Formats: sequence, C-alpha cells, structure tokens
Amino acid sequence: MLPVPSLAENASMFCFVLILLVPLAWIGVGLLNAGLGRSRSAAHAVLTCLCSGGIAVTTFVIFGYSWQATAANSGHFVSVGTHSWNLLASQPFFLRGSRLDLSAESLIVLLQIFSVALAAIIPLSAGSDRWRLGPACISSALLAGVVYPVFAHWVWGGGWLAQLGTNVGVGRGFVDAGGASTIQITGGLTALSITWILGPRRGKFSPQDMPAGIPGHNAVFALVGCLFAWIGWLGLNTAGAILFAGCQISAVVLIVVNTTLSAVAAALTMSALTKARFGRPDASLCANGWMSGLVASSAAAPFVKPASAIIVGIIAGVIVVYSIDLLEARLTIDDPAGAISVHAVAGVWGLFAVSLLTGAASSGQWLAQLAGVCTLFGFVLPFTYGLNWILDRFYRQRVDEEGEMQGMDLYELGAGAYPEFVTHHDEFLPR
Amino acid sequence: MKLMSFGLLAGGWVIVVAATWLLHVPLVRTLFVIAGSAIQVMGLVLAVRAHKMSSSEKG
Repeated sequence: MLPVPSLAENASMFCFVLILLVPLAWIGVGLLNAGLGRSRSAAHAVLTCLCSGGIAVTTFVIFGYSWQATAANSGHFVSVGTHSWNLLASQPFFLRGSRLDLSAESLIVLLQIFSVALAAIIPLSAGSDRWRLGPACISSALLAGVVYPVFAHWVWGGGWLAQLGTNVGVGRGFVDAGGASTIQITGGLTALSITWILGPRRGKFSPQDMPAGIPGHNAVFALVGCLFAWIGWLGLNTAGAILFAGCQISAVVLIVVNTTLSAVAAALTMSALTKARFGRPDASLCANGWMSGLVASSAAAPFVKPASAIIVGIIAGVIVVYSIDLLEARLTIDDPAGAISVHAVAGVWGLFAVSLLTGAASSGQWLAQLAGVCTLFGFVLPFTYGLNWILDRFYRQRVDEEGEMQGMDLYELGAGAYPEFVTHHDEFLPR
Repeated sequence: MKLMSFGLLAGGWVIVVAATWLLHVPLVRTLFVIAGSAIQVMGLVLAVRAHKMSSSEKG
C-alpha cells in the first residue's frame, strides 16, 4: 500500500503553498487554448475553461473523490491467489469522510481538486472552434466524476497499479509523482476521443485529406500561457512528489530544477527543429514544445539528475514535433493546439523516462510503467470514448455549420471576444 | 471497425493485468505483458484506420 505521508506542521504549510501554485497551470492551459484557436472563438475557449474546470471540481467533490481517496482509506478489494488488489475506494460523498485540516490527507484532497480541473481542460483545445459549451461541460463532469477518479485511485490511492511493487515485486509499482498519467495522458486521450467524435474543423482537410493551416490567432497568449503553466507545474510536480512519491521537502529544489530544465530543453529543441525544417522557429510549435517538456517532467522530475532532465526535454521536443505532424498530415486528426501530442505522447515518454534514466530498468520498473501505459490505452481510452460517444447520442457535441462559420463566440455567447477590432490603415502607410 | 479496435485495446489490457497478477516467473510475465501491449498497438492502429475511413466517407 502506498502510505499517506506524515508531515510536520511546517512541511504541511509549505506543501499547501506549493499546491496553491497549481491553478496557474489552469490559467496557462486556458491561455494556450485561446491563443492557438481562432479569434472568433477566443472568448468561448476561455469561458469553456472556466466552466469545464468548475464543473470538474464540483463533480469531483460531490462523488469523484469518493472513488479515488487515499491509500489510508477503505476500499473495494479483489483477492487473487494470495494477493489482495485494491480496485476502488469507498468514501462518503461530498468529502464527508475527509478531514480538511492541513493534514497530509487534506493536502491530497486539495491537490486532486486542482489536478482534476487541469485534466478536464486539456481536451478543450482539441475541440476548439466546434465543441459546444454545454456538452463540453458534461464531458468534463464525466471525466472528473468517473474516469479520472478510477484511474487516479489505481495510481495514487493505493490501487493495484501502485501495488505492483509490494504484491508481485514489479519494481516499485507504477510510479508517477506529478500526474503524467492521471492528468496529462488521461486528458490527452480524452482529447483524442473528442477529435474522433467531433471530426475536423470545416475546411481543415481537403477531399484528398491534405491539411490546411489554420493558425492560432494570438501567439502572445500561447507563449505567456506557457510561462503561467511553468509556475503551475512547479507546484504540481513538487507537491505530487511529496504527497505521492514519499520525497522529502529538501527534494523540491531538484524537482524545480528538473522541471525547468525539461521545459527549456524541449522548447529549444522545438525551436531548432522548426528553424531547420521551415527556415524560422515556429512560435506555436515552440509553445507546444515547452508544454511537452513540462508534461514529460511530471513523472520523472523527482527521480532523475539534472543532466537526465535535459535529455527528457530534448526527446520530448523531438517526439512531439513529429507526432503533431503525423496526427495532422497522415492520420487526419484535427487537434488545433496539439493536446494529444503534447499531453498524451509526451506523457508516455515521461513515464518510461522514469525507468530508463534512473537506473531502475533492471529492477523491473519499466514493466510497471508499461502496465500503467497499457491501462491508459486499454481502459481509459475506451472508457472515455464510450462515455463521450453516448453523450453525443443524447446531446450533440458539435456545433452546427452556421455556428462554425459565425464563430463560437457569436453563436453561443452572443458577443465576440474582440468587438472593437479595427484595422488602423494609417499604420500601414509608408513613412 | 472502431468497436473491434477498442475490443483489441481492452483485450490487450486484460492480458497485461492477468499477466502481472497471475504469473510469477519474471520472463514469462514479461513476455505476456509485451504480447498484451502488441495487441493494444494493433487495436490503436485499427482505431486510427477506422477514423480515417469514416472521415473519407463523410468527406
């Protein structure tokens, strides 16, 4: 069983402050979603982040956490041979079984509330310009109430994935301190499900499946979003390491260094690759690169040395640029902000980096990480796709053609994000 | 075709879970986990192809 750490009062307060940084990641992802989408849907993008995140938090508090809980809480077990495997927690709804008093358990509750919101807003960019607000919110509720808590229990709540080490000696069990699997890959796979259900934006692919470029409307939003996300990730990785990986408070310096190095290395790699391919660095792809470095660091940051963190970031940057290309150009998957590549693909790399770059591969840690990745693709992906598919049958998720032409802002909200968009002709006169 | 692909994804996962829970010889367990992963890869490829076909049909 993964124990809940016992923290001294100073350590609890410090961990609380770290957790308060996590909503900055929410802001960062929201800005990224808005910036990499079209201007006619900018307000809708940010409003959907607010509403989806809020509904995710509420749903999680009402009943999601009841199924996730912590290793110290009661749960539903299944006995196989001599081993007992923890499948699901069984706590009361509305957090009635949890003490919210700066104890380690209460800090876990708080971190999970912020984490589930982050997981819920990751898929929003994949549905940019065509995902209606109402269905997006219900989809977030399904993610926060059902999909996320079940998998997070298996990883962080003392569930069977975490027990692989103690029960059958597979490494230390599945390890993921900062949520690469529970938050990032879960969000990325939900984004994949959404792109499959919604289909591409109008005009994105020609009849011959050639993709047309639909650039984001505001690179500044996207890049500033990366900076906010960086601060949020520092809180996420450090608090996650203390609460879920048993790291000491003194380890936060290493984690912050590794998180930063991974993001920087990924962004610079992406910058170099896009300059080599296109003659100039691409701002939006560099933003994706930065984010992929953060995502990849989520699993590995507490366990690797700084030099290895740079390698994690470089490989994340390389993988993501080719993944974005593959998904769009070859597989006709329209993912405006690259959520699938940045969160799912980079997250998978981050999980394997834990075993490959820490010398733990020989102890079977890679097998535990592989089991976790297989669970994501074999359970989370079909589950989230199935729920969204059923939702689509009852409550159409995609906006109609008129809405897509007008833009989500005007069609769903009645007002554009930039109502006073004026082109000043005199600024373009020769001087 | 998409349903079959998700069946392969889930089936591969069940093999992985069963291998980790039931098999105690490390080499045999590893081989079965890899086999389950390979089935999942096939399922993912099939899902992507199903998506491409349905996109072409909607066209």
